[in-house]
Formats: sequence, structure tokens, C-alpha cells
Amino acid sequence: MNRTVAKEDLDSRIFNTINIILLCICTVIIVVPLWNVVISSLSSGKALAEGGFIFWSTDFSLENYRAVFNDETIGLAFLVSIAKTFIGVITHVFFCAMIGYGLSKKYIRGRKLYVAMGVITMFFSGGMIPTYLLIKSLGLLNSFWVYIIPALFSYYDVVILMNFFRNVPDSLEESAKIDGAGDWRIFLKIFIPLSMPAMATIALFNGVGQWNDFMTTKLYITDQALYPLQMKLYEIIVQSQTQSMQNIGGSAIIETTTKGVQLATIVITTLPIVVMYPILQRYFISGMMMGAVKE
Amino acid sequence: MNSKKPMGQRVKEFVIDYKRQWEIQSMVIPGIIFMIIFCFIPIYGLTIAFKSYTVIDTLDSAPWVGLDNFRIILSDKYFWDAVVNTLGISFLKLAIGFVIPIILSVMIYELSGGRFKKIVQTISYLPHFLSWIVLGGMLIAWFSSSGMFNEILLNLGIISKPVNILLDANKYWWIATLSDIWKEAGWGTILYLAIMSKIDPTYYEAAKIDGASRMRQIWNITLPNMKPIISLNLILTVSGLLGSNLDQTLVLMNSQNRAKAEVINSYVYRMGMTQGDFSYATAVGLGVSIVSVILLISANKVSSKLNDNQSVL
Repeated sequence: MNRTVAKEDLDSRIFNTINIILLCICTVIIVVPLWNVVISSLSSGKALAEGGFIFWSTDFSLENYRAVFNDETIGLAFLVSIAKTFIGVITHVFFCAMIGYGLSKKYIRGRKLYVAMGVITMFFSGGMIPTYLLIKSLGLLNSFWVYIIPALFSYYDVVILMNFFRNVPDSLEESAKIDGAGDWRIFLKIFIPLSMPAMATIALFNGVGQWNDFMTTKLYITDQALYPLQMKLYEIIVQSQTQSMQNIGGSAIIETTTKGVQLATIVITTLPIVVMYPILQRYFISGMMMGAVKE
Repeated sequence: MNSKKPMGQRVKEFVIDYKRQWEIQSMVIPGIIFMIIFCFIPIYGLTIAFKSYTVIDTLDSAPWVGLDNFRIILSDKYFWDAVVNTLGISFLKLAIGFVIPIILSVMIYELSGGRFKKIVQTISYLPHFLSWIVLGGMLIAWFSSSGMFNEILLNLGIISKPVNILLDANKYWWIATLSDIWKEAGWGTILYLAIMSKIDPTYYEAAKIDGASRMRQIWNITLPNMKPIISLNLILTVSGLLGSNLDQTLVLMNSQNRAKAEVINSYVYRMGMTQGDFSYATAVGLGVSIVSVILLISANKVSSKLNDNQSVL
């Protein structure tokens, strides 16, 4: 008996050691490149041109960040990003919650049709060009509202909220009805406060989506004043790519300056997400589960 | 609801009910209007795939051309290049990128808990929240001649002179695949870990008493319990094979690697948005959606055969 225990112990110990070593390697593979970007963004143009560092720069400098903050268009892009994320999230969550609340009532007339329509939207879409033509004919090209209105609705989020609303005890609604409250009042005063965890999950996912979204701008916006950070960053990347193609072997100075600006913009673009990450993390695991368990 | 009642009475009841429910109906109506405008009108818009649409036309005035657009597609060399690249990258992503989250989640699950487990999870989820534009910018910096990758390879003595592998078309498929795995592998473990946490611990205890090694426990208990969720994920991945990441391609594609980087989605974007050939681009998009639906249905059929005739979808 003693021998089997010892054998099992040894097996487990070897397994655990190998497992921890492999996971450490995985973690290093993720952390080192990210760390390298941060360190590079804090390096002078000279250090970037010479290269030769991975973990620690040879010459620290804030010149890249100074260059970014001196560019007014990036400040404006930051404001556009914040505005579209903030307005987008609030309107999206409210819109989906309102529909989800309506559909969570089994007695609502036409429910089967509405649900069928919703499910169709999950599997079929017109694709890029028909959607573009629609946005164009609605006059949303080069308008800030193209970030908000087409992103209002997602049937996936409606389903999550609908399931959440169903779990609220019926008696709460009944007692409010006896007190003379209408559906809107019950929704706003009882269900919304009770559903904050579900709505926060959706808000955070949607917020990350809005912040990271770049195709909407690429497809529908040509007015530079409406560019969010992601589009600004994309332009800097494309610009530096063409420059480095033209300058193969040529002047390295221009290349490293745009590289520095590019790196600093990357860090600034990502910073809000990294700052929000601890809050995000608390919610997204439960959110994934809510999304996975469907009716 | 009651089909025995005459039509007129049913309509009347519906109207009465509807009026009584106007308040709750008013919450749903905006959603219905949204779906009609933003989902169903574009689906109707797919008809331009069968028309010859030019900028001066409207959707209805453009003349019908039947299957002409599809015929042109089939003889278009650039389209087939895009198909080959899409399939190549997608299959690499499927072959490697599908397995890694499963292995990773088993490894994390086998950790005894505590601080290290939390740190590993926190770090591995993080790249998912970076946009492709940000990651693309990072990749360009890492691969540049004075960047991190060349530095590591030079130090290890693998290469003697810095090279920018983003300009090497033959390596693009690997760059696209591996960067996608780097970004999403950790995120892919969340669902698996959540399901694993529901496995009855007495299975493991019984196996331990029988003297099963840790690898054996994983093979005979953990993985069989994961089978349904793995097949569901596989079905969803297979149906998305043709729609590989547009953002990724747009940011990583350059004039040097274009031949190997162009995927169907970026081709649709280029034909439609840059060259203005709306009918052609829509036809490509429609063809892709039809193939995707066929893939979805057949993957579901195959997996339901493998899972004792229980359909996952």
C-alpha cells in the first residue's frame, strides 16, 4: 500500500513540475513581447534605430510621447474614441435591455415571430456591400451616429438579458402592478436596478468592442475629424510601412521616429483597456457562462 | 393560438390583446424596426449579386444579369488566390489553434489553485482585449530589423543578419496563424475551464484509488467530459473557416506579402470599397455565406453521428 502511494506521489510531482514549467513558458511568451513594446515606446530614436535590447532600453526618453501629445489630431481621436464608447455602451445596453424585457414576458403577442426574426439575424446578414449601401442611403456616411445607431442592437445580448430578467421573481412584478405601476415603470424602477450585474457584463464587452472597433471607420468615415484612436493608429502604421519600404537601406531616422510615435500611440490606445482590465476580469467569466447557457 | 376559432375572431382577439399590451409592446417595437432596417434590408440587398449595379443605379433600377457575376468569379485568378490563402490560413488556425486552448485549459485546471493559477489566467486572457490594429502595430515593431525578434534570433545564433519576416510572403500564413493563437488561446480556455469545474470530483478520487496516473486521468476523465463542448466549438469554428479575420489582414498585408496574405474578406473589401465593383463583391460575399452555411450543417451532421446521434446545435 505504501509503495503505491509513493509511486503516485512521484508521478504527481513530475507532472506538476513539468506543468508549471510549461505554463511559465506560456506566460513569458505573452508578457515579454508586451513588455518590449512598453520599453521600446519609452526609448529614444537612437536606441530604436540601433535595437539590441529586449527587456531594458539602452537610452530612455519621453520624446515619442511628446510627439504624440503634440499632435492635436491624436487628442481629438482620443475624444472621439471616448465619446463613441461611452454613448455607444449606454445606448446599446438600454436598447437591448428594453427589448429583452419585452421578450422575457411569455404572454406578449407576436413573441414567436420576434424571436424567429432575432435568430435569423444571428445567422444571416447581407454582408459588407449591401450594409454599406444601406448606411449610405440612410445618410450615415461621415456622421458620428454611424458609430452608435448600427451598433444599438445585438440579439445575442438580448438573449442574455432576457434570460436574466426571467430569473427575477414574478411576485415583485405582481405587487408593483397591484400598486398601479405600468410596464415601463416596473422595467425602469425594478428590473434595471436588479439586473446591474448582467448589464455591466454586456456593457464591458460592448465597451471593449467599441473601443477596439476599426472597420466602422474604415468603411463609413472619410472625415479625419471623426477618426477614433484605432483609425489614427492604423494610419500611422500604414504610413510607417510605406516609408520603410521606400527607405530600405535609406534614412533610418524618419523610420525610427514614426516607429517611436507608432509605439507610443499603441501604448496610449491600449492603456484604457489595461486600466479597466481588473474590473473587466471580475465580470467576463460569468458573462461567458451566461452567453454559453442558452435556452 | 387556438386554431379552431374562425380567422376573424382570432384577428380581433389579437388586436384586443395587442392594445391591452401596448406598453410592453412599445418596448419591443424599436427592436423590430431595427431588425427590419439593419438586418433584413441588407439581406434583400443581396439581390445586387444578380444585377449589374453601378454608382448611378439604385437597388431597383439596376438591370438583372442572372448568374453572370458568379461566372466571372469562377474565372478570376485573384479570387482563387484569395480562396487558397483563406483555406491555408484557416486550416493552420484550425489544426493548431483549436487544440492549444484545450491543452492549455487542462494544464491550468491541473494546477492546484492559488496565486500562480490566477496569475497565469490573468495574463493569458489579456491579449484578447488588444485590437488587431494594436497587435498589428506591435507585430510590425517586433519584426522590424532592429526589433525584438531579430534581436532574439541574432543572440541565439539562428540568423546572422536581421531580416523582416513580415516582408517574406512565404512566412505570412505562419505569422497570421501564430499571432492569432497568441491573441486568442488564453481566452479560449475560459469556457473549457468553466465546464471542467463542473466535473464530479469523485471520478478523480476513484481513479486515484485505482492507481491511474495524472495523464491517464486527463485522458479518461477530463477529456471525455469535455467532448460535447469541444464538438460545439469545432462546429462553430468550421462554419467560420471562410470568414477569416479582416482586421488582421488589413493591418498585416503589405505590397511584398500580398500574394499570400489576401483572404476572401479583404478581397471583397478591395473589390467593393476600393474599386467600386459592388455587384461583384456582393456575389463573392454571398457565395462565401452559402458555403459557410453548408459547412455548418455538414459539421453538425458529422458531429451528431460521432456523438451518438445527439445533435449539438
